[in-house]
Amino acid sequence: MQKRFTRMFLLNKRFIAYPIATALLIVAMLLGISIGTVSVPVLTILKLIGTEVLHLPSLGKTDPMFTTIVMDIRLPRVILAGLVGASLAIAGAAFQGLLRNPLADPYVLGVSSGASVGAVLVLFLNLSIPFVGMFTLPVMSIAASILTIFLVLFFARQIERSMRVETIILTGIVFSSFLGSLLSLMIALTGEELRQIIGWLLGSVSMRGWEYIGIMLPFFLIGSGILLFSTKELNAMSFGEERAQHIGVNVAKRKLWILIGGSILTGAAVAVSGTIGFVGLVIPHLTRLLWGPDHRHLLPLSILLGAAFLIVADLISRTIISPTELPIGVITSLIGAPVFAIILIRRRKESRG
Amino acid sequence: MLSVQSVTGGYPGHDVLDNISFEVERGELLGIVGPNGSGKTTIFKMISGILKAKSGSISLKEKPIASYSAKQLARVLAVLPQHAEQAFPYTVKETVSLGRYAHQSGWFQSWSEHDEEVVQRTMAQTGISMFQDHYVNELSGGERQRVFLAQALAQEPEILLLDEPTNHLDLSYQKELLDLLKKWTREQGITVISIFHDLNLAGLYCDRLLLLENGKINLHNKPNDVLNEARIQSVYRTKIEKHPHPTVPKPQMLLLPEKQAEDLSDLHITEKCLTHQKDMIKLHARFPLRTMSSGVVGSGTGWYRTFVNRHVDKTYNCSDHKGEMTRFLEDHGIDPTETVGMMTAVRLEDVAYRFIEDEGVSVFVVVTAGVGNAVDASKSREHVYEPLPGTINTWVFVNGTLTDEALIQSIMTATEAKVKVLHDQQVKDAVTGTTATGTSTDSILIAATQRGEHQAYAGTITTLGKLISEGVYASTTEALEHYRKRLSR
Repeated sequence: MQKRFTRMFLLNKRFIAYPIATALLIVAMLLGISIGTVSVPVLTILKLIGTEVLHLPSLGKTDPMFTTIVMDIRLPRVILAGLVGASLAIAGAAFQGLLRNPLADPYVLGVSSGASVGAVLVLFLNLSIPFVGMFTLPVMSIAASILTIFLVLFFARQIERSMRVETIILTGIVFSSFLGSLLSLMIALTGEELRQIIGWLLGSVSMRGWEYIGIMLPFFLIGSGILLFSTKELNAMSFGEERAQHIGVNVAKRKLWILIGGSILTGAAVAVSGTIGFVGLVIPHLTRLLWGPDHRHLLPLSILLGAAFLIVADLISRTIISPTELPIGVITSLIGAPVFAIILIRRRKESRG
Repeated sequence: MLSVQSVTGGYPGHDVLDNISFEVERGELLGIVGPNGSGKTTIFKMISGILKAKSGSISLKEKPIASYSAKQLARVLAVLPQHAEQAFPYTVKETVSLGRYAHQSGWFQSWSEHDEEVVQRTMAQTGISMFQDHYVNELSGGERQRVFLAQALAQEPEILLLDEPTNHLDLSYQKELLDLLKKWTREQGITVISIFHDLNLAGLYCDRLLLLENGKINLHNKPNDVLNEARIQSVYRTKIEKHPHPTVPKPQMLLLPEKQAEDLSDLHITEKCLTHQKDMIKLHARFPLRTMSSGVVGSGTGWYRTFVNRHVDKTYNCSDHKGEMTRFLEDHGIDPTETVGMMTAVRLEDVAYRFIEDEGVSVFVVVTAGVGNAVDASKSREHVYEPLPGTINTWVFVNGTLTDEALIQSIMTATEAKVKVLHDQQVKDAVTGTTATGTSTDSILIAATQRGEHQAYAGTITTLGKLISEGVYASTTEALEHYRKRLSR
């Protein structure tokens, strides 16, 4: 009886995980669109999404001001925040599984530093690439992050042909430090762009518009696609690379794919919004505590929770001392760290109790 | 099934294996043994494709290992690692289910009924079904070991590599696991290659053993040939003795702890060790003696330190005389597990003993004799079995180191001397009227200190044999005289 009950409970737990996470995301989106200097009623939001996004027949008239606020400002902002949160969370979950370390985050491999160097270089030199124009910064940033991944992997391979994760982590740390000092150097030499650079580094999703979503979306789809097709292998690799190889996983190949997938997501997220900390570390961890370590569910659930979390964090960052906007990275850490600490303490007590 | 041909290699810049070649047949249970660092695990890593050989080739089912994809290899070969990492809290069933990875194909692999059946079966075989919803990190070391064994078995492999499978297992699971493996090799034709630290387990279960020394094959043969005393001593660089298993025709290698220096004079068995009480004669040694005897308790071969010859009445009759003797010893504060106990109806005052020494060997002989039911062994058919306690009990203690041969010859020599005494004393068999050779319930005990001079043999004209025959002849004659005097009084 006991056994059957436990089993049913576990099945139920997983079964209800998706509706709960989806509901959280929808509520977060509606709140994010609704709250602000001008408050938009939820019903109006639903009507607008119905007509403008889904092109349903008109559900009645809405105020054009609301249409502008929702369609041009808040909806793209919420979607971008969601995409960035989702990318960081799934990349974090994948890296934690691959590196077998629940404290790894998507920035361990130096990808964020690479992306930051690319972006700050644009700000520092006031670069503008022809044809790309105002998108010079995200384009350069993504290019720099992808370049960084390949440099890290290239050097790791030079050190050790089998590329154990430990070697990759060490190489990542070397690159992070080096790129970090490049960043500091540029900041030290900069003049009036300082505030702009610091603001970008602390992270923000404001005033980006639909174009940034257009830049972000393909990378998000490709990156999460790669990771979602590697969930079983991630399960196997969390028992160690040798064990995974014995079970039948082509470890060398999968490891590369997962690293590339996660880095694409991280690079793109950093490029459009700066370095937002804590999401990639805490969300996967929280998801694992709630619904278990099976990557087949951990990754999709992390996407949903990560998106919801960053939308709420962004909402707080722009409303808490309105009209001033706080950097979103500050908010994620301010909420994330204490919440995470409480969860850990309570869980430790339970498991001892 | 598996063929390893002149394989050399190891880790970058450091070759571990040096020109290794061997073959494993289908259904064979091969044990790999050797000291630490001899290359046992490295061979496994090469066979399972984790390490590449620098030169030489490894082929599985007539195909080179390199031509298998990771998935193809996992469907044929499974590995049980010595320890597996545990980064996240998976349940037992989730962990075992991962073993099915190689059998699922395509991107949208679904869990089939067959997969579920295999997982349930392997969990049942390894005795972990009741834990299936528990977290692996909450299990004990032995339970965890069985979870990973189940995971390897869920791969439905044709060949199974086990790296010290009995490492975390308690005795009963060690035996159960190896019995199970042996059964699978026989019934399902699974090939098993296993690394062992325990040479005795390896010897008991393996068809053949591969002994590695410094990355080279020392010998690849039957356990009895590989487990050779001199060979194991030289490869493992330690003192070891080979003995037969008491019930199975397999060798056992026994470790010998270093002996501490002792003052031998103090440890000799002499008269001083003997105490004489009304109902028993007791000899207590300060350390256990290697003993061969036919006592009531502690009989056979073994190591004992207390020796008791107990007087019982002529009418003593007990169906459970072993149990009664054990209780008697316990009542007198003697540990029955360390004791050889004999019984006699003879008066213990008639005991005769003497200590004789020659060329560094000495014996101490103790005899109690009664010939109330003397028998001529050549005519024993004419007797009806009647366990009467008219008995000659002979104890021979040897201060020396004896081989098993010497122990057995000591018994022969002592018996021959006893027979001669009965002959010279004209003891008659009451039923046949001929000269008796002993009584129907005689007992003998040979106990050696296993310290001091080595004695390979104890035939009648060896140094030891002479001491025994002289001691037994004289003591038995004296004991008989005491006995006869008492009767004639």
